[in-house]
Amino acid sequence: MAQDRPTASELLIAIADFLREEAAPALDRSDPRLGFQMRVAVNSLAILEREWRLAPEADSRELMRLRKLLGRDGTLAELTRELARQLRSGERDETDAELMAHLEATTNDKIAIANPKWK
Amino acid sequence: MTFHGGTEAETVAAGLAAAASRHLGGPATIEGLRRESGGASRQTWSFDAVVAGERHELILRRDPPTAGGREKASATSLDRPTEFGVLRAAFKAGVRAPEVLFQTGPSDGLGEAFVMRRVGGIAIARKLLRDPPYAEARQKIASQLGEIAARIHAVDTAQLPPLPHREAADQVAALRTALDSLDQPQPVFELALSWLDRRRPAPTGRPLLVHGDFRTGNYLADETGVTAILDWEGAHLGDPIEDLGWVCVKSWRFGSVDKPAGGFGSREDLWTAYRRAGGTEIDPARAHWWEMFGTVRWGVICLTQAWRHLSGSVKSMELASIGRRAVETEVDLLQLLKEAH
Repeated sequence: MAQDRPTASELLIAIADFLREEAAPALDRSDPRLGFQMRVAVNSLAILEREWRLAPEADSRELMRLRKLLGRDGTLAELTRELARQLRSGERDETDAELMAHLEATTNDKIAIANPKWK
Repeated sequence: MTFHGGTEAETVAAGLAAAASRHLGGPATIEGLRRESGGASRQTWSFDAVVAGERHELILRRDPPTAGGREKASATSLDRPTEFGVLRAAFKAGVRAPEVLFQTGPSDGLGEAFVMRRVGGIAIARKLLRDPPYAEARQKIASQLGEIAARIHAVDTAQLPPLPHREAADQVAALRTALDSLDQPQPVFELALSWLDRRRPAPTGRPLLVHGDFRTGNYLADETGVTAILDWEGAHLGDPIEDLGWVCVKSWRFGSVDKPAGGFGSREDLWTAYRRAGGTEIDPARAHWWEMFGTVRWGVICLTQAWRHLSGSVKSMELASIGRRAVETEVDLLQLLKEAH
């Protein structure tokens, strides 16, 4: 069932803007510790907004890469677990170019959601 | 102030008055008592004790008496009496650290606690790195950190209370154990830990005092630079280069990414000052190993903090949100791995 607008993204942005611009400054005046916590919450809402927009495609790209890299089928969670196992056991290491390309792409997609300003 | 807060402050004030009267040579009046920021289980309070007209500016470090359901202390974190002993030895050896004065007793009702002299300065990285009053200090801090690290590592270990001994191999194993306790596989951390495991430095012949959390955010500084190194609860015996790697981890540059030494200078600034103050010559590969290790360590800490909330042991939005910072260290680790080739 399609929801009416605002979309989830639009609603999250509206909530975050309200909390940042109106609620947080009022809290800063009455209780700076709560003002700080509110900014943490606003930051998390921004993460959710980016996740809602970007994660579906990022997840499907990650799953395709993992199937190819590991040469088998499975869910994202199963294949990630298998990759982690192979990395701990030393079956794969940083000399594997396809592995490194996969980790780089996955990490780039994660940071684009969690903190795009990180450098 | 809430009823609960008022009650706690009153308990702390009464306990401090009793302890200060015993240790400062006469009946003490406690003034200006206030809670500094910090966790629920490990508290820091600022206060003045006035004894016979003399004002002592002091800090209380305290683990409140255990209440039901409180989290158990971290396995890698010292208890307050041991931290007191480490601080006393470090201060005596000339390390820029707060001077500890006395421990409180069971009858004071404060839990495990000790009192130290208050030192001027701030710990807030963002202010130290950007605000005008600290412009001159910014030129000095990287070298000061090198000098202070050398002093810490020169503390006579015979003067220290019994401390855990943790070498590189133990630390890699501990991070793997921590990862195993999360139900979430972490390929980048596994890759980095395997890389570290294959290249781990030889155990130190003579383990030295390692601060264990030597970084920007954990020292006080004023217009003249660093005034005191804080947060000694991670102190242990081991490889001193661990401290020099940790202070360079990118997360501790707070945005000043081109200045690895805590956001204030180059690795060479740090190492040169370290050597001039009596520290050993730094092997860049060993320092790089510990910087990479520190980067995984911070990433795993981010996840562990989030899991404290997710497991239900503490309810905290702030802790939960730290979990999403782990990926910052994954970005940095992939970069460090490239530079290592």
